[in-house]
Amino acid sequence: MKFKALTATAALLAATTVYAGGADDDTLVINGEIEMTTKVAAPPHMADTGISELISGWHFRSDETQQLQTDDFENQGMIFVDQALEAWETAEGTEGKSCASCHESPDSMAGVAATYPKWNEEAGELRTVQMQMNDCRTNRMGAEAWKYDAAAAINMESMIASQSRGMPVNVAIDGPAAEAWEMGKELYYTRTGQLELSCASCHEENYGNYIRADHLSQGQINGFPTYRLKNAKLNGVHSRFRGCVRDTRAETYSTGSPEFVALELYVKSRGNGLSVEGPSVRN
Amino acid sequence: MKIKAFTAIAALMVAGTAHAEAVSPNDVQYGEYGTIEASLSGAPGDAENGRAVMISRGKGNCIACHAVTALNDAPFHGEVGPTLDGIGEYRTAEELRGIVANAKMTFEGTVMPAFYKTSGFTRPGNGYTGKAAKEEDLSPILSAQEVEDVVAYLMTLKDG
Ligand code: HEC
Ligand code: HEC
Repeated sequence: MKFKALTATAALLAATTVYAGGADDDTLVINGEIEMTTKVAAPPHMADTGISELISGWHFRSDETQQLQTDDFENQGMIFVDQALEAWETAEGTEGKSCASCHESPDSMAGVAATYPKWNEEAGELRTVQMQMNDCRTNRMGAEAWKYDAAAAINMESMIASQSRGMPVNVAIDGPAAEAWEMGKELYYTRTGQLELSCASCHEENYGNYIRADHLSQGQINGFPTYRLKNAKLNGVHSRFRGCVRDTRAETYSTGSPEFVALELYVKSRGNGLSVEGPSVRN
Repeated sequence: MKIKAFTAIAALMVAGTAHAEAVSPNDVQYGEYGTIEASLSGAPGDAENGRAVMISRGKGNCIACHAVTALNDAPFHGEVGPTLDGIGEYRTAEELRGIVANAKMTFEGTVMPAFYKTSGFTRPGNGYTGKAAKEEDLSPILSAQEVEDVVAYLMTLKDG
């Protein structure tokens, strides 16, 4: 009996050690009402990755940074969401239309961030939220396309993401999306640049470990766009990818490129089941 | 007289070897387990400079991934690689030279970058600009002498 108790304690100790450098055990509730799923069992398509539990990047940040995301008055990303709510109502372009002319209230966007990038049947292409916004702007409003990840686009994408907060990420990876998904997977595991590192080198093999002062997360994008304290603005998925690829001393792909669209689908699918958190707060 | 002149020439030749051209990254010979037998620069390493290379972000940046107690005055040691405390005790200079030059010859598939290599990369960039670089324009992350300096420093890490 004694022996058994001891073994149990030892097991518990071992378990805590594993998590010592890893993700913390806090829970994320926003504005005291939206409960977030920040840890969840990995989807079946990740069986050969060695990752059994998906963990939001929120768990790898300091308590102070985490705190900022729990309240919309402290989350500075929400200032830009407010700006986008205004833009939503503002008519632009030759047709004299705004987003609201076709979509009415912003809450009609609930679920969008959870399911994009998504295959568009008529266009025969995989579309990110920003590509879809630009399709509306150019084809329905007669307005100019927004530059990829530029302030106007990223603010609107954050507003749209905020409508899905708390909903599980659930992108489709089969059917017509399968080809792009495979391409994204290939990119994820390709070791680039003079440092010869892939996304997996850092975010699959080493999440939980420190690399210099940074605590490596799983590189999830359920929290995008992210408000970063480092540059005091909202940051897009493709811009983050660029930064990570650049840090391998490699030639990056461009924001909005087919490669990054495919990589976005693949990385997003590695978060299927986590709550949409955008806009989140990161350092 | 003749003999003296001969000795002088021989001395000159030895000195010449010490300043010989470094082995170029593409010509490095690795042993079966990834070792490199002789100094890459032809000269011995300077441990003091090796220490500086280890902690410099633009050079080795070794502590980004490795903890080293003797370097605790430099902040933010990483956990991606094992601690290097006592490494000079259980690794030879030949092994360490091979690991620093191209760790993949010792540890297959390791995430540790190769510091003395200039070819065979996918989408190599021009430093940290994100822009493309031509392979023929790449220089190794560390020079031959800097690799030797790092090896000399690692050899001083005796108690771990
Ligand atoms: C040399 C290591 C390294 C490589 C290689 C790397 N990253 Fe990162 N990445 C980091 C660090 C450090 C951070 C900041 C800490 C964190 O969130 O993990 C980060 C952050 C991220 C984030 C933000 C996560 C969040 O919650 O805010 C995403 C997304 C990401 N990386 C994706 C990728 C992708 C995709 C690739 C490959 C194209 C990649 N990374 C390659 C080191 C790396
Ligand atoms: C991106 C991470 C990274 C960087 C940067 C890095 N290393 Fe490593 N290093 C590792 C890993 C991981 C290992 C373990 C080998 C393996 O993959 O099994 C290792 C192994 C080693 C070993 C062998 C340790 C042993 O116990 O045999 C030495 C020595 C070493 N590194 C020295 C260095 C030096 C010196 C530098 C800088 C010039 C450096 N490393 C930079 C990740 C790194």
